[in-house]
Amino acid sequence: MTDLESLAQRIRIHVLRMTSQGGSSHIGSAFSMVDIMAALYGRVLNVDPKNPRKANRDRFILSKGHAGAAVYATLAECGFFPVEWLKSHYQDGSYLSGHVSHKGIPGVEFSTGSLGHGLGVAAGMALAAKQKEESHRVVCLLSDGECDEGSNWEAILFAAHHNLDNLTAIIDYNKIQSLAPVQETLALEPFADKWRSFGWSVVESDGHDFPQLTTALGSCPQQAGQPTVVIAHTTKGKGVSFMENSVLWHYRTARGDEFDAALRELQKAA
Amino acid sequence: MRDTFIKRLCELAEQDPAIMLITGDLGFKVLDEFRERFPKQFLNAGIAEQNMTGLATGLALEGYTVFTYSIANFTFMRCLEQIRNDAAYHDCNVNVVSVGGGFSYGSLGISHHATEDLTIMRSLPNVEVLVPCDNWETTELTTEIANRPGVSYLRLDKSTAGETQRPGETFAYGKARVLRDGTDVTLAGTGGIVGDVLKAADALAQEGISARVLSLHTVKPLDTDTLATACRETGGLITVEEHTIEGGLGGAVAEALLEQGARPGFFHRVGLRAGFSSTVGSQEYLRSVYELDAEAIADAVRQRVGRRQLRRAA
Repeated sequence: MTDLESLAQRIRIHVLRMTSQGGSSHIGSAFSMVDIMAALYGRVLNVDPKNPRKANRDRFILSKGHAGAAVYATLAECGFFPVEWLKSHYQDGSYLSGHVSHKGIPGVEFSTGSLGHGLGVAAGMALAAKQKEESHRVVCLLSDGECDEGSNWEAILFAAHHNLDNLTAIIDYNKIQSLAPVQETLALEPFADKWRSFGWSVVESDGHDFPQLTTALGSCPQQAGQPTVVIAHTTKGKGVSFMENSVLWHYRTARGDEFDAALRELQKAA
Repeated sequence: MRDTFIKRLCELAEQDPAIMLITGDLGFKVLDEFRERFPKQFLNAGIAEQNMTGLATGLALEGYTVFTYSIANFTFMRCLEQIRNDAAYHDCNVNVVSVGGGFSYGSLGISHHATEDLTIMRSLPNVEVLVPCDNWETTELTTEIANRPGVSYLRLDKSTAGETQRPGETFAYGKARVLRDGTDVTLAGTGGIVGDVLKAADALAQEGISARVLSLHTVKPLDTDTLATACRETGGLITVEEHTIEGGLGGAVAEALLEQGARPGFFHRVGLRAGFSSTVGSQEYLRSVYELDAEAIADAVRQRVGRRQLRRAA
């Protein structure tokens, strides 16, 4: 098992415990992007857990804030704050809210929770870096269903128009949104073509294949003068057989036998 | 006020390269000087207010002082959630500037009637609400908000109360200005409609009614001390705003005074009571239709002060 695979499994086990103890939702949405988080924080991003606000850090924004448990777990595993803090997730008096929040949490760049907010802010940060001639990257992770929000398309237009090639969007394309498959809700396909026609470079990647992911995420911009989108094809609920590709696990919380079975699968894989 | 704002912003931008102005594709001719002098500090986000506010937040998080600019409701209503969750929650120095408060664009119809903005914006945490009545207040408030953390909402009006600065008067943020002293009633106004308040006070003076006139250029923070003093020292209190009576200046004043136990002899809100205005017309015309003009303000005083004076005489 590679270090990234091992990191990803540890994150998944945290997320399972956090959502189960707190009784929160969105485990499927978190599991689908765990490998992306492991690739980003284990390999791609220039960040320093000892100095989370260092000036030249790469900026990462999770726009699909409902999967915040995966961000907290990743940051804790990477040393931004004690793993012990994760036990407070979703509990009374905790700062680790169900949707990701930055207040009091080292390493969280931006709070989200309402969809369609992250990419515009990321574009503003990318523009600031251009203006100040700083070389760091800005990376924003969105869900597929989130692309229903029109505000994203405003930001997509803007980033291409202003040649923000220091901006990378990643789509966690697990093909399922809260009530039904994406294609049955509001069809996104042909999705890659939409981004291309808006002036973005497009890379498609298996969102669970670390060599592919790290190559895709590490080779941005794909083309100078263009922002890049990495469309990561993922499996909702990835890592626990009975959660995979299931609408049910967008909201369901693993408890009792389901929790035990999920933990056994994840520990076996780890 | 709009031109005064831009003039002051040019002066500030010259001193501080971190000041940025983002427009939502509005400001024809008005923004030309700023754009030409400070091309790196100017951005047209296009007709995309949600993204404009997101950009402003991203820029502010990277150290910029950002002004977003559009007319009537467009700077805050479509992008209200971006103002709340992004700019305000993240303590960003983002200043939301709306040109055309109230019925400034009265002839354009209800889409352009900005008549609920004070209520909506003052409810947001970490957002302050500023409504100058003239060019001097506009200049001073523009300077203030460039240097204040958090979000400010600056509502600029087409009408103005004229030149209200007294010789030697200095500006105090958050402090109501006493434009005229008086004892029978206090008229507390906000924005360009303070011009009508002053005219009403003139008319009342002719009739022997002495009105104190306040300009509340900060609806939030609200200067409760000056208002409480007015309750003690004058016969009653009337608030005046070109805005719905639901939760704007009048609402803010009533809440604050009741909680403080400061009870005016009488209290009345001059504001919009009629709901949406399908009638269109100039700002002046709509003020008269909806009984917000000098005559209506003076009548509101006469109905209340007259009775008191008669009772006193008896």
